[in-house]
Amino acid sequence: MKNSFGRWLVPVIGGLAFIFLLVPIAYVFVFSFNDAGRTNLTWRGFTWDNWRNPCGAPEVCAALGNSLQIGATATLIAVVLGTAIAIGLVRYRFRFNATANMLIFLPLATPEVVLGASLLAQFLNVGAELGKGTIIIAHTVFCISFVVVTVKARVASLDPKLEEAAADLYASPMQAFWRVTFPLLLPGIVAAGLLSFAISFDDFIITNFNSGNVDTFPKFIYVAATRGIPAQANVIGSAMFIIALLIVIGGQVLAHRRRKMLAAR
Amino acid sequence: MSAQTTTADKTPAADKRRGKGEPGSGELKEDRRRGRMGYWLILPGFVFLLLFFVLPVFSLLATSLYTKPPGADIGQFVPALEFNNYVRMLGSYWPELLRSFAFALIATVATLLIGYPMAYLIAVRLRNHALLRGILLVLIIAPFFTSFILRTQAWKQILADEGPVVSVLRAVALLPDDGRLTATAFAVVCGLTYNFLPFMALPIYANLERLDLRLIEAGNDLYASGFTTFRTVTLPLSMPGVIAGTLLTFIPAAGDYINSSLLGNNRDTTMIGQVVDSRFFRVVDYPGASALSFVLMLAILALVFIYVRRFGTKELL
Repeated sequence: MKNSFGRWLVPVIGGLAFIFLLVPIAYVFVFSFNDAGRTNLTWRGFTWDNWRNPCGAPEVCAALGNSLQIGATATLIAVVLGTAIAIGLVRYRFRFNATANMLIFLPLATPEVVLGASLLAQFLNVGAELGKGTIIIAHTVFCISFVVVTVKARVASLDPKLEEAAADLYASPMQAFWRVTFPLLLPGIVAAGLLSFAISFDDFIITNFNSGNVDTFPKFIYVAATRGIPAQANVIGSAMFIIALLIVIGGQVLAHRRRKMLAAR
Repeated sequence: MSAQTTTADKTPAADKRRGKGEPGSGELKEDRRRGRMGYWLILPGFVFLLLFFVLPVFSLLATSLYTKPPGADIGQFVPALEFNNYVRMLGSYWPELLRSFAFALIATVATLLIGYPMAYLIAVRLRNHALLRGILLVLIIAPFFTSFILRTQAWKQILADEGPVVSVLRAVALLPDDGRLTATAFAVVCGLTYNFLPFMALPIYANLERLDLRLIEAGNDLYASGFTTFRTVTLPLSMPGVIAGTLLTFIPAAGDYINSSLLGNNRDTTMIGQVVDSRFFRVVDYPGASALSFVLMLAILALVFIYVRRFGTKELL
């Protein structure tokens, strides 16, 4: 059997890759139950205390609040601006089309250190005060590019004839957009939003350059790493992972059921 | 001119309008309005990017040429054309720059070798298992929410000298008695591989998901060897995904400094991002830090340009 080599190779490597991906998360989860005290480095016994009182280390919760707020704001701005750009670039022709595509691609082709450093140089030069506002601006820059790339693929796969059909049925361009185009784009927009929220929530390097003395969740952990990360950080990391998993898997299960129902009909 | 003009002319809608005897000028006017609409759509986003991406890059370039006047306070610099900043920085930090590219390159190859089978497993082998496919896909993205610093820190503790992995490896003599896993170049590269795996797997998955499985069947009929089919059919078709994945991995990996600072040893594993960070915040040498960032950006753009020219598709640039 010539194919057998590839037949088991793919599941084995793929399976090991998933284990590789999940091992540190399991570690973080297990150590969220550690009766840790100051440093959460060695196992000292099982306790529910960290989960019962996740804000026991108050700075952790403040940092988490900042991260959620920054992620939500940057994502909202990026989704609005980015979706508009995606529709504009796919549906209209411009004289400077290549330049426009380049400008979207460049923030993705720039390492985070450079993005962070250039924004910091800019903020220093104009004397802006570093804080939540500057973090949101910095995150929006790279989120826009991710949104444009994701939504553009979706717009490109849409048949423009659908809008023309709406126009033939006397829908105004606005009605055609909100009733026909937008609902069809929505899955792409939601995916783009989730992606940009995830990336903003997990960003450290750009944040570190432009945050002044505001802490985000990753920045708090990085700073705490030198003197010991409190077990509450593990609780929040695990909880966020589980919540994200439940939300998306819940959506998947619902979609799966709907597909089955439609297929049964 | 709007792209709509060409498509619209062929559609029944356009025919109908023309059939109704509307003057051609009316149609032109409508198209021009739609063209202007396009500008309004992209304008706000591009103004944002101009203000907070393009302008800052020029700010970075300007700052990299600043000089410190004699007797100035810490952090005080004046605009100048001090090209010596570049000479000074490159002379001191070229090893870190080269090392960053070497580490990023090895990590990119490793993520490709791990990420491709991962994507292939979900997109092709599990094509008909929608639910399982969805769950595995989520498992690739969800780690972002645990915070990658927390996960990297977890690796540091798992691989620590007194940790379980090192004791087992020492016991079976795979590692000498004084051998260690953390604080080595190997650990840094593994950390990079781990952290950027999703950035490789997702674009490849997005590409393989659209692959017509009948092409593989046809390949199997013709070549009758799974590997030949893969090499001549699947891999070439998935190249756009591979290119996007390698770029999304290599570029951030080259600038990353979390892995080298948490898993490295500050002697022979230091990467360029660490240097930029410390020149900015510890040494307070804004011009030097800016010069290094600018060099890093140019070097990466040059590499990306050559790479995309060599292997690339029109989809990206």
